[in-house]
Amino acid sequence: MIANTKQQTVLRAIEENKHLEGALLPILHRIQLDLGHIPKELVSDIAEALNLSRAEVHGVITFYHSFKSKPQGKHVIEVCRAESCQAKGGRAIEAAVKTKLGVEFEQTTDDGKITLEPVYCLGNCACSPSIKINSQLYGRVTEDSVIDLIDSLQAEQH
Amino acid sequence: MKIKVYVPQDSSAISVGADQVADKLQADDQIELIRNGSRGLFWLEPMIEVETPKGRVAYGPVSSSDVESLLAQGLLDGNQTHRLSLGLTEEIPFLKKQQRLTFKRAGIIDPTDLDDYKAHGGYKGLERAITMTTQECVDEVKASGLRGRGGAAFPTGIKWQTVHDTPGEKKYIVCNADEGDSGTYADRLQMEADPFGLIEGMTIAAIAVGADKGYIYLREEYPHAHLRLNEAINKALDAKLLGDDILGSGHTFELEVRLGAKSYICGEETALLESLEGKRGVVRAKPPLPAIEGLFGKPTVVNNVLSLSTISIIFEQGARAYASFGMGRSRGTMPFQLAGNLKRCGLVELAFGVTLNGLLNDFGGGSASDKPLRAVQCGGPLGTYLPESQWDIEMDYEAMAAIGGVLGHGGIVAFDTSVNMSEQARFSMEFCAEESCGKCTPCRIGATRGVETIDKVRANTDREANIVLLKSLCNTMEGGSLCAMGGMTPYPVKSALEHFNEDFFLPAVELPLRVGGSSTTKGSQAKAGGPQTIEISIDSIKKAGTSS
Repeated sequence: MIANTKQQTVLRAIEENKHLEGALLPILHRIQLDLGHIPKELVSDIAEALNLSRAEVHGVITFYHSFKSKPQGKHVIEVCRAESCQAKGGRAIEAAVKTKLGVEFEQTTDDGKITLEPVYCLGNCACSPSIKINSQLYGRVTEDSVIDLIDSLQAEQH
Repeated sequence: MKIKVYVPQDSSAISVGADQVADKLQADDQIELIRNGSRGLFWLEPMIEVETPKGRVAYGPVSSSDVESLLAQGLLDGNQTHRLSLGLTEEIPFLKKQQRLTFKRAGIIDPTDLDDYKAHGGYKGLERAITMTTQECVDEVKASGLRGRGGAAFPTGIKWQTVHDTPGEKKYIVCNADEGDSGTYADRLQMEADPFGLIEGMTIAAIAVGADKGYIYLREEYPHAHLRLNEAINKALDAKLLGDDILGSGHTFELEVRLGAKSYICGEETALLESLEGKRGVVRAKPPLPAIEGLFGKPTVVNNVLSLSTISIIFEQGARAYASFGMGRSRGTMPFQLAGNLKRCGLVELAFGVTLNGLLNDFGGGSASDKPLRAVQCGGPLGTYLPESQWDIEMDYEAMAAIGGVLGHGGIVAFDTSVNMSEQARFSMEFCAEESCGKCTPCRIGATRGVETIDKVRANTDREANIVLLKSLCNTMEGGSLCAMGGMTPYPVKSALEHFNEDFFLPAVELPLRVGGSSTTKGSQAKAGGPQTIEISIDSIKKAGTSS
């Protein structure tokens, strides 16, 4: 079943998960997955359903890096900043991606296509350096291979 | 008859093209394709194996463009003439020299094939546990000498005893699968390669302490582990190895995977419990211990993935057999994870007592670049940087602690001479500022001030005085923080200052325009209360520094 509105999506996420112990994170994960962010105007629906204050729900949303209050780009590129990737040239990859996209971390390109995010370890440390594009992990990347991947995203038609 | 070909369905293998290799092999109708876990020889991934009468033979690293030539040169006969031939898998020195216990099934079995798991010793431990009293189960863990493999190294049996002895109708088993330490991937490998091992260990823990509900708190960055675990849990339920009346014993145990949400601090056990309860991952003050008042205030065992997976091995092979490995008070084996700038990065499970040099050179093959190794960080982002003069250290908990080092979760990240250690020290503080839960002041404010102070040192602004200030700040964080996040962030910083002091006296770099970390994220702003500057009188610090 496809929910027609954001609110219906949120209410369905609540309905499917509210019976769980500690239901808030599973609910937020579901909404984040379906909508790409947690709409601010619907925080009160979540709070009401779980008998929490809006401040409590807001506090949880803003604590975790996974939950976004604003929509992300169509694609999300995560660049690992942690030590193992640093030891294999991760800082140069980070600089190359920023230059290529013309954005800093936590920003989206002007065309709304690509959001750049930092990540602290993808558990791929034996194949450093690593990046992730949407759900796909890439190991042993080079500046050139990353630029190629970004080129193919940018060339993609809407 | 079809020939068995193994292509790992491991995140790392997939990240370097294993799926494309599998797709090509799938097209050959002589092949029975099995997606195993990784053997942990990651520099060879994608490493494919073919079953032959002599045993499995390996080829790697294979790209999809190699498949045609491999098949043409007799891949399916195990022919070893191709340039990617590695010979019998078990004879590859990196693997042959290991002592695999916790990881004995990794890469060998089809991860979610229950029969395959049982054929390799699986569920023998649980069968034994249900014939024992709960106290006998706890005693078995104590006798094994197992200490928490997550990093804190607390004796697992003592933790279980506390939960066992605490009265309560509801108790929980929580698996900490929030493997956030950079340079570590053993939990991920284990969950993707042998998920039943973890499930069996948690079931034994539940029976031993009288718990009926378990959670695996899994970091969101591990989607493949999530799939494998859920698939394995469903199969265990169907086989009556989870749920009601497990193996006819009358015990009930329900198990559920919960996802974290990209927060490093949630790897700290009390922050993890808060997060499982649906709250911000803010560290709790101890006492009360989680073993007495844990999840939802109930007695809770919180153990790492490796600890719980090792439980099934201990119950299968016996505590005495397990404890016969290791040295001193560090019993059994430790899965070390080689990462960073090494030729051969991968998982090395060995009895405690191997030297760091042995791991870096005999296993890791030394530097992967044309420059020699210079610094090695052991034990994750909160671990010390060790200079070459300390690489003869024997890897056990006590020996490491004696030189101010950390064994932690077994991560080893090697850097060559291109590393700038003042930059690494800055990163340690920056990471702490980013990931601090914000509850205690030394960590929340100290980390931000640490970044600023290191920036001033690097910019040659009152360099000497700011180094004194930085050391003082490190002492405050170390002694005054609530948990290991703030308490141990000074370890890498202080070791960089001590062993690589010259890197703090390099030509000045420009002071960043806005101090407080290069990336400003919602987390750090919300928690630290936004950027703020406090003017510190350098004169007073100079006096403080010289008088001490």
